[in-house]
Amino acid sequence: MLNIIWFVLWGVLWAVYFMLDGFDLGAGTLMPFLAKNDKEKRVIYNAMGPLWDGNEVWLITAGGATFAAFPTTYAVMFNGLYSALLLLLFALIVRGVSFEFRGKVESEGWKKIWDFCLFIGSFLPALLLGVAFANIFRGLPIDENGIFHGGFFTLLNPYGLLGGILFVLMFLVHGAIWIAIKSEGDLRNRALSVANKIWYLELIFAVIFLVVSAFATDLWENYGKYPLLWIIPLLAVAGLILIKIFLLKEKDWKAWFSSSLFIVMATFWGVAGLFPRMIPSTINPEYSLTIYNSSSSPLTLKVMFIVALIFVPIVIGYQIWVYNLFKGKITDKELSYEEAY
Amino acid sequence: MDVVFLSRLQFAVATIFHFFFVPLTLGLSVLTAIFETMYVKTGDEDYKRAAKFWGKLFLINFALGIVTGITLEFQFGTNWAQYSKYVGDVFGSLLAIEATVAFFLESTFIGVWIFTWDKISKKLHAICIWLVAIASNISALWILLANGWMQHPVGYVIRNGRAELASFWDVVTNSFGWMIFIHTLSGAYILAGIFVLGISAYHLLKKNEVTFFKKCFKVAAVWLIIFSLFEGINGHFHAQEVMKYQPTKGAALEAVWETGDHVPLYLFVIPDSKNEKNSVEIGKIPSLTSILAGHSPSTVVKGLKDFPRDERPPVGITMWSFRLMAGLGILFILLGIIAVLKKENIENYPGLLKIFLYAIPLPYIANELGWIVAEVGRQPWIVYGLMKTKDAVSHLVTSQVIISLLAFIIIYSLLGAVDFYLLVKYAKKGPESLK
Ligand code: HDD
Ligand code: HEM
Ligand code: HEM
Repeated sequence: MLNIIWFVLWGVLWAVYFMLDGFDLGAGTLMPFLAKNDKEKRVIYNAMGPLWDGNEVWLITAGGATFAAFPTTYAVMFNGLYSALLLLLFALIVRGVSFEFRGKVESEGWKKIWDFCLFIGSFLPALLLGVAFANIFRGLPIDENGIFHGGFFTLLNPYGLLGGILFVLMFLVHGAIWIAIKSEGDLRNRALSVANKIWYLELIFAVIFLVVSAFATDLWENYGKYPLLWIIPLLAVAGLILIKIFLLKEKDWKAWFSSSLFIVMATFWGVAGLFPRMIPSTINPEYSLTIYNSSSSPLTLKVMFIVALIFVPIVIGYQIWVYNLFKGKITDKELSYEEAY
Repeated sequence: MDVVFLSRLQFAVATIFHFFFVPLTLGLSVLTAIFETMYVKTGDEDYKRAAKFWGKLFLINFALGIVTGITLEFQFGTNWAQYSKYVGDVFGSLLAIEATVAFFLESTFIGVWIFTWDKISKKLHAICIWLVAIASNISALWILLANGWMQHPVGYVIRNGRAELASFWDVVTNSFGWMIFIHTLSGAYILAGIFVLGISAYHLLKKNEVTFFKKCFKVAAVWLIIFSLFEGINGHFHAQEVMKYQPTKGAALEAVWETGDHVPLYLFVIPDSKNEKNSVEIGKIPSLTSILAGHSPSTVVKGLKDFPRDERPPVGITMWSFRLMAGLGILFILLGIIAVLKKENIENYPGLLKIFLYAIPLPYIANELGWIVAEVGRQPWIVYGLMKTKDAVSHLVTSQVIISLLAFIIIYSLLGAVDFYLLVKYAKKGPESLK
């Protein structure tokens, strides 16, 4: 039972990470194309300013929870995805510092460097996360000892790339809506129109991905076995359609929540399809890592469950307080703070 | 160059680099919080400017602290997969708790603090920086309990071919881990204290904002004397625990080869591991090693010869790092005494001011040396007595690790240089003038 609870929590942690940092990654990727001048760039930086760091901790926690609850999965996954993961981390490094560094020197060239770092540090993680997760859905070439028989380019198969593109599109829409929420006038209009346009691509790739998954993976099998699970893809579809409806009505927040629903449900869709496996093996299904053969001992799972039960609600509580505090538009006053980015 | 060696090098580069930023975060967050609290209590605008000035340096430093931490969180999986499988049941939970309990708090409220100087009440704003300070110190506790477990594993059983948790309580109350925590934290506070003293001294030398920087200097002077004295004392007890739980490291600390009582301490030693002796021993102080180890000259200290060759750490590095750290510790106590005695009219002593300015790098060196003692001295074990480093490594090909190691070195050097440049720039600029 604890194994199942931890599997669900594992899925939730990744889903919340994608939902929260997703808009940062999307907004960072869009920034060079959307912002026309330095002020608009700063609006985008500061739209993420107080939040990106707290969002990124969901990634750290997802990693930490994998380590604590499923150490063998943690070891096999990150050992196998070595080059991709390090590339992802380096990208996140340059993204993280661009916030703090960009405004600290008054020079055009300097700012261009960090704007580029923000872009590449946002785009690459979005792509790599998608590639990594699509590959996990598909299964990795691991043997009975969890040793990965492949390299970085093994991951760049068509299905993996499809996952990467889908993630980028999801985050672009999510980020464009976030920029619209936090900005006014011209920038907001441009952000909305970008979201509206990219939404069509998001729809097309979501459909392709779902269909191809039926051939490239066995994720859909669980949906035959447990029909109740169908609620997840249905909610995902609802979220995706609602994004468009609210965008057309210019209801920014509602569109953002719909996009969040879509991202969370899309993640759940894959995770539920994996159950009870965490990393399927493409060499032999017997070698797959499952929530039983890769988990921690019952005592560790119990201790960690108690910790999560106490602290995760507290974290959610204060993060909601903080989001509420920063729900307003970025004003000139905010840009004038010495500490602002 | 094999994968084990390269992975060790990469881990060393990544942690050493992370720990250039960590101590300042730990100490300066508390000092900034103290300055802001003094502002809330007294209404003195200088303290608000102090919180903003030191806070800004804190943020520049913090940025690199955070991004270099993220890679570490995943390196146990990328480079030490066998380790993660074997001890993840015990070790992984401590990392996960660190993230849930501390990193969220720290990273969320630093954002609030930056952007709400006049959006929320003064008190609430001061509470935000306190939350950041407390959270980063709590994060240190959990990671150091994790490290403490590697140094002195407790509360586990070997079952199902791996180390499994037997008692969470034992892991959390591991005295060795708490020792490391106390010692590392006071080391970090020393660093932050000298950082504030040194930068204040720079401005006092230039006669820039004299009243402002004297206020900062005074707070940091009291702070430094407290923690440098405390560091020496707890360091001594820390060393005794090492002798008790990690006899190989303990013997290496003083390069002791033969077991015995009345073991002397030599002021200058060059160990020769191959021939199992010291090739140079100068300045004998009779029985001092025994006295330090057990508060009595008849204390028996085990020598390295009592252990198989393949269980001994590199003696020279361990011993010299230990010496230098402890020596610097004594120097910091002296600096603390001088700072406290002269704090009322320190601006009249340009010579002393220069000493404080040039002392800034020293606590950085002491902190890194301390980690080298702890980690190199633990070799060849990754978990003392339980698992060897060579058995802990991932299945990787050499080229993968060479590329990632090079990438680490290049990216970290560039970012480190930029961060250093910005710190110097903003430290020199001084606080915003009063409006
Ligand atoms: C004694 C303290 C200490 C030590 C030994 C370490 N760290 Fe650290 N770490 C901190 C003290 C700290 C901190 C003070 O909490 C930091 C440093 C600067 C900062 O911004 O937070 C931090 C940041 C930090 C972050 C980013 C957190 C965030 O986004 O808020 C991660 C993921 C890690 N660390 C992980 C590690 C790992 C896996 C380590 C072990 C090898 C490690 N740290 C050693
Ligand atoms: C941040 C301060 C730290 C510094 C500066 C530091 C330094 C080092 C150094 C120099 C090495 C290489 C030793 C060698 O291979 O001879 C090393 C290895 C290692 N340390 Fe640390 N360390 C720090 C904290 C930690 C913590 C908190 C942990 C665990 C929670 C840890 C776990 C390890 C591991 C897994 C290795 C690799 C295996 C090994 O070579 O022993 N370190 N560290
Ligand atoms: C004054 C005399 C000092 C003594 C006797 C002392 C003693 C020790 C000992 C025995 C260790 C190794 C512990 C282990 O292997 O786990 C250690 C580690 C360490 N020392 Fe010191 N120390 C002193 C001063 C300092 C100073 C001044 C600093 C920094 C400003 C410092 C920072 C550290 C750090 C960061 C570590 C690694 C973490 C740990 O193991 O606690 N020490 N010290």
